[in-house]
Amino acid sequence: MTAAGLHHTILAVWRIEQPRLITSLARILRDVPLAEDLTQEALLAALEHWPATGIPEKPGAWLMATAKRRALDHLRRGQMLARKHEMLASDMEQEQQTMPDWDTALDDDIGDELLRLVFTACHPMLSREARAALALRMICGLTTEEIARAFLLPEATIAQRIVRAKRTLSESGLGYETPRGEELSERLSSVLEVVYLIFNEGYTAARGEHWLRPQLCHEAVRMGRVLISIAPHEPEAHGLLALMELNASRTAARTDAAGEPILLLEQNRALWDQLQIRRGIQALGRARELGGAGGFYVLQAAIIACHAQASTAAQTEWSRISGLYAELAALARSPIIELNRAVAVGMAEGPEAALVIVDGLALEPALKTYHLLGSVRGDLLQKLGRFEEARAAFEAAAELAGNRREQDLLRRRAAEAASAAAS
Amino acid sequence: MRFMYIVTSSHPPGPPTPALMEAMGKLADREIKAGRMIDSGGLMPVAMGAQVRITDGQLRIVDGPFVETKEVIGGYAIFELRDKEEAVAAAVEFMQLHKDHMPGWEGTCEVRSFAMPAHEGGCQVDALARA
Repeated sequence: MTAAGLHHTILAVWRIEQPRLITSLARILRDVPLAEDLTQEALLAALEHWPATGIPEKPGAWLMATAKRRALDHLRRGQMLARKHEMLASDMEQEQQTMPDWDTALDDDIGDELLRLVFTACHPMLSREARAALALRMICGLTTEEIARAFLLPEATIAQRIVRAKRTLSESGLGYETPRGEELSERLSSVLEVVYLIFNEGYTAARGEHWLRPQLCHEAVRMGRVLISIAPHEPEAHGLLALMELNASRTAARTDAAGEPILLLEQNRALWDQLQIRRGIQALGRARELGGAGGFYVLQAAIIACHAQASTAAQTEWSRISGLYAELAALARSPIIELNRAVAVGMAEGPEAALVIVDGLALEPALKTYHLLGSVRGDLLQKLGRFEEARAAFEAAAELAGNRREQDLLRRRAAEAASAAAS
Repeated sequence: MRFMYIVTSSHPPGPPTPALMEAMGKLADREIKAGRMIDSGGLMPVAMGAQVRITDGQLRIVDGPFVETKEVIGGYAIFELRDKEEAVAAAVEFMQLHKDHMPGWEGTCEVRSFAMPAHEGGCQVDALARA
C-alpha cells in the first residue's frame, strides 16, 4: 500500500472509532473540548505508529488505550484542580488495568454521550458558523482541512473558529452538559438549525466547484440520522431528516451533463433515488406519528414529499402543496414562503388567484430586490394573456437577477411576452 | 458514496453462532445509528431460489438448489460512506467478528460501490481532494 493509501486507511479506521473515543473520553474527563483534543491526538499517534507496525487487529482498543494514556498525561500535567485530578487519575488507572476488553465495547450504548456531544457542539451561545465547524469536527470526524475545503475558506480561518469555540465552551463551563425534557426540545432547534445550514451549504452550492460541496450534504444527512437515533421522540428531528433525504434524492437529476441546473418540474424522475425517497417518507411518517405534522421542518418535508411521490410532474398534487404552504406561512410568517405558496396556488387554482397573493407582496421590503417576485408575477400575467405587463415584469426581474444565466432566461421570457403582445 | 456489501461463504459449517449473531446485531445497530447503514436484507436459502441462465445461446430456468454453486450469498447491506477506504475498514471490522465468534467459518465480504451518473453532484466523496 502506498503511503497516501495507508494514510487514508488509517483515517477511515479512526473515523469509525471516533464517536466512541470522543464520547468515552468526554465521560471520563467531563470536558467535551478536551476529549476532542485527545481524540485528535490518538489519530496523530496512529498515523505515526501504524505505518511501521501495521493496523492492529482491534484498532479501536489501541486508539482508546492511547487516548486514555494521553488523558492521564494531561491530568498529570496538573491542568485541573489537584483533587479532581487525583480522583480521576486513580479511577482511570484502575480502568486502564482492566481495560483491554474491547469486545464489550460494542455493548455500551453511547447514545447519551453522543447526545451530549451534539448539544455541546451546537450550543446556542456559539455563532452558527462556529457550531457548524464544531459539529463537523466533533460529530462527523472531519479534519480541519476537510471542513475548510467544504466551506471554501482558508484552513487557518476554520482552525481559529474551532479553537475559539472550544475555548468559549471550556471557559463558560458549558463543556459538559446535557439538556433534558423541555430544555432538550428548546435546545434541539439550535442543533437542527446547524444541521440544516450544513446541508444547504452543500445543496444549494451557491459558490465553488461542485465536487467540493457534496460532502457537506452527505455529512448533514448522516448527522440527521444520528439525531433521530439519539432523540427518537422529537418529531422535528425526523422532519429535518425527511426533508434532507427527500431533497438529496433528487441530486442526480438536478444538473445536466454540463453542470447546468435543471428545475424540479423538468427533471428526469427516473434519476431520483428511490431508496432515499423511501427513507424520507418513512421519517416523515414517524414525525407525524409523534404528533409533529405541523412542525416547521415536517411541513417542508411534506411539501417535498408531494413532489417525490408524483410519478410525473403533471401528477403533482398542487392543491395539497398549496394547503401545506398555507400552514407553513401561518407558522413562520415569511414573504418568501408566501411567494412559494402563490406558485402552488397558481398551479392548483389558476393564475388569477395566485396573482392576488403576488400583488399583495409587491410592497414587501424583503422582496424589493428579489428577482423571483417579478419572475413569478411575469409568469402569471403571461398565462392570463396580459403580455405587455408580463414583459415589464420580466424585464424588471432581469435587472435584479444576480447571475447571467438567470438574466438571460428572464430577458428571453420578456422577449417572448413582447412578441405575444405584438401579435 | 454508496456501497453494497455482499457476503458469500463457500462451506458454511452451520448457522451463525449465537455469539456471532449478537456481535453482528450490535454492529448493525451502531452502523444504523451512525447513519452509515441505510439498507440491508438477508436472503432465503438457495434451495428456494431459481436461476435464469443463458448458455450457448440457450435460455433456461433452473430451480435451486444448484449443485455446482460454490459460493452462496447470504445477504447484503447498503452503506453510505465517504470513500473506499472507509468502506473497506467497515468490512474488515465486520469480518473480524466472524473470525472472533465463529472459528472455522470461511467466506468473503465483497465491497462494491454503486455506479452513479457521472455528473452527480450530491452526496459523493470529495474525490479530487484526495487525489
